Order: sequence, then C-alpha cells, then structure tokens
Amino acid sequence: MTENIIGKSVPRKEGRDKVTGAARYIDDITMPGMLYGATVRSQIPRGVIKHISFDPQFEWSEFVVVTAQDIPGKNCIALIGDDQPCLADGKVNHPEEPILLLVHADPHLLRKAVDGVSIEYEPLPAIFTIEDSERCSQIIWGMDNTLKTFLIAKGDVDSVWAKADYIVEGEYTTGAQEQLYIENNGVIAAFDRERGITVWGSLQCPYYVHKALMALCNLPAEKIRVVQAETGGAFGGKEDYPSIIAGHAALLAMKSGRPVKIVYDRLEDMTATTKRHPSRTRHRTAVGKDGKILGGEIDFTIDGGAYATLSSVVLSRGTIHAGGPYYWPNIRIRGKAVATNAPPHGAFRGFGAPQSLFAMERHMDRIAQAVGLSPVEIRRRNFLKPGETTTTEQTIREEIDLGKLLDRALELSDYTAKKARFAEENAVGPIKKGMGIAAFLHGAGFTGSGERYLASVVGVEGCADGNGTVRVLVSSTEFGQGTNTVLCQIAAEALDLPYDDVRIAQPDTNEVPNSGPTVASRTAMVVGSLVRSAALGIKQTLLADGTIGESYSPEEFRAACRHHISEHGQLRSYARYEAPEGVFWDDEKYRGEAYATFAWAIYVAEVAVDLSTYSARVADFVAVQEVGRVLHPVLAKGQIAGGVAQGIGFALYEKVVWQNGRMQNGQMTNYIMPTSADLPPIRIFFEEMGNVHGAYGAKGIGELPMDGPAPAIVNAIEDALGTRFDSVPLLPEDIFDAVCADGER
Amino acid sequence: MSHSSENRGKDDRGKRELSLTVNGKPETIRVFPMERLLDVLRQELGLTGTKEGCGEGECGSCSVLMNGELVNSCLVPALQAAGTNLTTIEGIAEGPQLSALQAAFLECGGAQCGICTPGMILASCHLLDKKPKPTLEDIREGLSGNLCRCTGYMQIFEAVAQAARRKASA
Repeated sequence: MTENIIGKSVPRKEGRDKVTGAARYIDDITMPGMLYGATVRSQIPRGVIKHISFDPQFEWSEFVVVTAQDIPGKNCIALIGDDQPCLADGKVNHPEEPILLLVHADPHLLRKAVDGVSIEYEPLPAIFTIEDSERCSQIIWGMDNTLKTFLIAKGDVDSVWAKADYIVEGEYTTGAQEQLYIENNGVIAAFDRERGITVWGSLQCPYYVHKALMALCNLPAEKIRVVQAETGGAFGGKEDYPSIIAGHAALLAMKSGRPVKIVYDRLEDMTATTKRHPSRTRHRTAVGKDGKILGGEIDFTIDGGAYATLSSVVLSRGTIHAGGPYYWPNIRIRGKAVATNAPPHGAFRGFGAPQSLFAMERHMDRIAQAVGLSPVEIRRRNFLKPGETTTTEQTIREEIDLGKLLDRALELSDYTAKKARFAEENAVGPIKKGMGIAAFLHGAGFTGSGERYLASVVGVEGCADGNGTVRVLVSSTEFGQGTNTVLCQIAAEALDLPYDDVRIAQPDTNEVPNSGPTVASRTAMVVGSLVRSAALGIKQTLLADGTIGESYSPEEFRAACRHHISEHGQLRSYARYEAPEGVFWDDEKYRGEAYATFAWAIYVAEVAVDLSTYSARVADFVAVQEVGRVLHPVLAKGQIAGGVAQGIGFALYEKVVWQNGRMQNGQMTNYIMPTSADLPPIRIFFEEMGNVHGAYGAKGIGELPMDGPAPAIVNAIEDALGTRFDSVPLLPEDIFDAVCADGER
Repeated sequence: MSHSSENRGKDDRGKRELSLTVNGKPETIRVFPMERLLDVLRQELGLTGTKEGCGEGECGSCSVLMNGELVNSCLVPALQAAGTNLTTIEGIAEGPQLSALQAAFLECGGAQCGICTPGMILASCHLLDKKPKPTLEDIREGLSGNLCRCTGYMQIFEAVAQAARRKASA
C-alpha cells in the first residue's frame, strides 16, 4: 500500500524542465526548411477593401502570399457559430482583422514586407460601445447587432415592487482586460499530402483547433493532427484564438509546401487577440426592511466585438452568476451580448462571472447603505442555504455554510477592528484606509447540458516500460495550472501506485482522445473523475487476468501490465462522461442544474488610498474558499494567488485604452499588470465542507479567485473615501475624477 | 535599395566576430553588431531557455547575468557582450543536481507555466548574490523587474526565502 498521494504536494510533472530551461515552448522549436509567416491586418474598424498593392521595392517572388481565395475549405473559424472569417474577404469589421498572409525564410525581412502591403479601403461608419450597438445606428451583425440573449425568470418579479420597503438601483461597468500570458500566441504548421496538416502550438484546446482546421482546410479528421507544445500561460486567451493563428499557418504551409512558424510579438498579440468582454450591469432590487431581498431585475450586457466567437457562452456564465451567492425568491435576469467593431472579445478566467459578480457585490454594499445595515449583515441575511434554490432554481444540495465562511474571513482579516480603527484614523492625513468584502460562487465545469454534449473521453494506458507503469491519455492541457500533476496524482491514487510510476501523454490528437477543452474549471473535477474511472478499468482488466489480487505491490502491478501487453498487444482503458441521474437542465428556459457543483468564497480586501497621488494600494488580502477536497495544496494555493493577482490588476492597474476599436496601449510599458512590488500579502485559506462530485471530492478552482478581488477592493475604496465607485479599472485618474465629482455634488 | 533575401545575404558581410564566455564555456561566433543578445543566445548558441516576453525590457523573461549583473538580453546589442561572462538558465544547475533556487522553485510552486521562470531564477540568483539573507521587502524589490502572470508572486517569494535559508545552513 503506497502512501496517499491525493492531498500531497508532489513535484510538478514538468517542473524540472521548467526550472532548468529545458522545457520546449513553440518559439524554441525549429524544423528543417522552416519558413516564417506574418499577417497583414486591417488598419480601419470597418469598411470595404478596394485594392491591395505591393511595394515594388520588395522582391515579391520570394514570398508566398495567401488571401481568402487560397482557402481550400470554408473561410471561417469553426467554433460555435461560423461567422468569423479566417481572412477578410472584401470587407473588414474590426481593426487588426487578418486580410492577407505572407511567408518568407527571413523573419526580419518579413516584418518589413508586412508594411510593404498597402490596402485601400472605402471606410464605413463603425460602432464602439454597448450603447452605440444598442441604438442600432449602424447594423454590423445580424438584424440588430445582438449576438445572443438569455432570460432567467424565477417567481413573480412584477409583484415585489409594491411590497418593497426599499428599491435600490445601480449601474456598474467593467473594462476589457488583456490575458497577458507572458508567452505570446504561436504555432508551427507543416503539410504533407499523405499525412495532411500537423500543427504544434501554444494552446488550450487541441480539439477546437482540430475542428477549425477540418473546415478551413477541407480535410478529413484523420488528416489533421494538433499537438500542444509547452504553453507559457493562457488564462482563456488561448482557448479560441489558436484556431485562427493555426489556420493561418496551415494555409501558408499548404501553399508553400514548407513548415511555417508564426509567433506574434507582444504588440500584435495585445492588439489583435482576444480580451475580457467589457460589461454593463443594471440592478433594480426590492428589499424588505429587515434587509432581505424580495426580488429584482438584472440586465447584464457584454460587448462581444465584431464576431460572435465565444460570446454566447461567456454571456451564459455571466448571466447565471449575476445573482451571486444569494437567495432570490423572485428574479428576472436578462443577458445580452452585442456586437461592436472591435476585435472579438473572448475567454478570460472567470468567463463573464467576474463582470456580473462585480456588479452584484458592489450593489450589495449599495443595498446595505439603503437599508442601514453593515456590508457583513446584509450578506449574512441573504446567503443561499442548503435546500434553497439559485436563480435557475437549482437546489443547493451540498452542506455549504456561507455564514461560517464569512466569519472565518472576518476573523482572519481582523475586519471589524480594522474597520473601526480606520474610520477614526481617516479623519486626519492624506492616507485613507478601508475594508471591503466580496462573497461569491463559481460553477465548476460546463454549464447546463454542456458536459453531456461534450461526452468527454479519457484513456489510461498500462505501459510498464522504462518510463513508468501507466500513462494518462487526455487532451487536457497543462499551461501552468497543474493539469499534468493532478491527473497523474489521481491515476496513481486510483491504482495505488507511486506518483512517479504515472506519466501523462503530450496532448496530440493522434494519440489522445477528446477529453474536452481545458476551460471552465472542469479539468480536475470532470476530467479527473474520468481519469479515475479509466485507471480503475486497467485494474479491473488485470484482476480479470488473474495476474493481480485486490492488493498488490507496484512491482506486481508492473509485471501484470507486461504480461497483459505480451498477450494482447496493448493495455488500455477508456472512460466516457455520463451525466449523473436526475440532473435536469432546460436550455430554452435556462432553468435547472446549471452546474454539477459550485465553489464558494469570501474575500476581504484592505486598501489604502493616498489622496496626494490618488493611487489605491491593496495592503492586505484574505481569500477564504470552499473548493471541495484540495488535491494538491501548493498548486491550489498557486491558483488562488495567481487569480487574486489578476483580479487586483483588473481592479486597479489594467486599463485597455481604445481608439476607434483598436487598443492603443498594446505594450507592457503602457498596459500595466501588477509586479512583485505592487501586491499585498495574499493570504489563502481553504475550508473543506464536502462535495459529492469530482475525483476524490475536488471542485473546480481555476476561475473562482478571479471573481472576488475587484468588488472587494472597490468596496474597500468606497469605505475609505466615502465616494461611490461603479466601475473598474480604477486608476489614480479615475479615483481623482470621482472624488472631484463627489466634492462638487 | 530593394528588399530581398539576396540583399540580406550581402548584409551578412556586416557580421562581426564576437567572443564571450557563456556558462563557463568560451564561444566565438559571427553576429550582426546590433543583433539582440537574446537572439544570439537562442538562435546562434541554441540556448532557448532564455525567453522573449515583450521585446522591450519590461517583462524580464529574457534576463541573463552579464559579468554578474542582471540584464534584459532583448535590450543588449550583441557586441556589447564582447568579452563578457554570461550566465543563462542552462548554466544554473550544478550538473544533474538542481541548484538550491531551482529546487525551491519546484518545491514551493514558484514555477507554473514556466515561461518567466528562467528569468525569475536568474533575477533571484542575482538577488541572493547581493543579499544572501534578503528580507521579504528585498525579495519584492529584487524581483520587481520580472513579471509573472501565473503565481501572484507569493510562492516565488517563498521559494527565494527558502533557497536563502538552505544556502545559509549549507
């Protein structure tokens, strides 16, 4: 019997390669005869392409040029809908839209050649804000610029207003945010008539790229192979975009007949690729005199950019999370994604929830003020309890105690004493301090029927070669979160083998089954459960062989694997996702079990605002969460700290400056993310309250920590200054403006 | 003047000889004078452990030690490295044995996606060379030129502090 591996901080599987510099990322790989690809992009937000000319100073015969006319299949990036072209054909709908591709052996010359291509346009009027899009002064998408809508309706909202002691209204907005993985997007594509297209890339979802390339290149599934290289951060930013850059490289490889590498530089990555959707949320809430929510309306609207891409699913998650961790007897939530002439916004950790939860948690403080209760008490009185239902009428079956979670966070942050002390100290001096709370939840896994449709498959292979005993076969990717490590831990635990005996295959669509995309905090919980089942399948096979008994040593297990392989050629076991019995979800009415389970959290921020510079600094941050069983404490803490840091960036540092739909500050010098000197101590605590789902009781953890920091921080800033703030990011100039406006009021 | 690879071929004659020591090994190569040291390391010397994150000296992923000083190799023209002693991530381990810092990064969770890790470890080396017993403030300050998007830095601080403790007791 080996020691328990679950719950232990075993070494990261690919960690040694990462600390020695041996890990191979896409830009570290070269191939014989490899050429370099580059993209000529739209300079305008919207218009008709009239003419393309090539500067005669370049020897264009040395280049391979690809346009929309060279696409063998359908000119689209197949994802959910097929509205986004791979290359603009006759018209452009956003700045930086790809129009034409170039290939050359010399990357320096290539860069100059991009500027040697001139595009003449007939510009069309463009729209850049949610409000412009709603006004429909220009129709840029569909009939009315609406990419997607959702409606959640519970109870009878129209009846609550008459009964309300207070009606509290508010409007809250959040800005775009760049994922800012430190490794830019990049791929290499190679083409061979026999084998078809192979793409190696920095990416999250090999099978998304696989699907997109089939449609684009007009090739059957077996002639597309997608391999994930070591990936230097993703955070959602490499969920859908790799399908575009892989498509470009594939087209260039097909036309040139040589392997082609495209790696973006930072400016291209920041200006041309996806960001977090900007949002606007309107709340109108009926509250009783005891502070209990009677009902309310929430309008949640996101700016999807020029094409639909992932907006419908981002909107879905944001809409479902809009009511926060509270009990709403009556509610109506309208979600809407609208089109603008900006590059499409996409997935970024939290996926709509950080936007709608920012609004909910700011609004909760607003309700507290209206009723005359503390931010603590208003939340406590409205928390969801076991047996109650969420906004989609999902019954909370787990034994969650949000009051207890709140008490722990208050104690650990010394909330009450500090709040009282700051109220006194703030009377003098330029430094104003405040405390803010955010309470929130995050659904783990795909929404509603998502996991059922995906029907993920996972394999485990007995190999018993020199490199270990079993190998995990999944398309789930490692990009820092610990996928490799956690899935190997689960297989090792299931088979009672040492952790070092288990390894994981490189995600390669020729080698691994489709275990779904690595998104939505689903890997440890959903894929992890399947890894456990598949691993147990190997054990069952060996038990049936009679080569092991119920208990065995690792050596006996290895010998049994070898025996089976010599008799049968290979030893593999697969597990496919099956939805649990009795789970109900209505896609039309948006009602039912939205998620298999939720993670829950209370975050407390302490801030100090310096009224001589108007800069706000987070002085202390306490993150208390219930994420089920913690499989690997070091990795779990790393997920929370990293998410909180991104959340602090979202609140106080990271501002995308737009001009005519184009990001103006697409460099690390002018788009500022937090450095090691900027962050407070991030103090992380886990409460395990038990959960029926997931491998060994794990829930999703990756996205949760992104949801809470922004509202906790802005609530703390309002506590410090007494000025109302309704949007993020809050840079010093934003705080200055709000304080001045408040002074004039 | 027209832009073609033939032209570029002629430009190759503008290359100059560069001699330097990299990870203890003397090297002589031909480079363009203004080529970035980063590209020379990655492409001419095959030392791909040094990463490019921004290409403008903000992120620190390309950090290397030049005569013991921490530099962003994306901002250093190749010829400025003539005669210097360079250390890259490939020169940090003691043979097959990880250095104390590398081991601590692995153990404490200081590396997630790993793309900033080489630069972060070199910045940490530099810090511990200057301040063998750094305070938390020293660590925060010493690493503030190296951006990490994954960890929120907390586990990197722990790793550096742990390596410092182990080195002190070794």
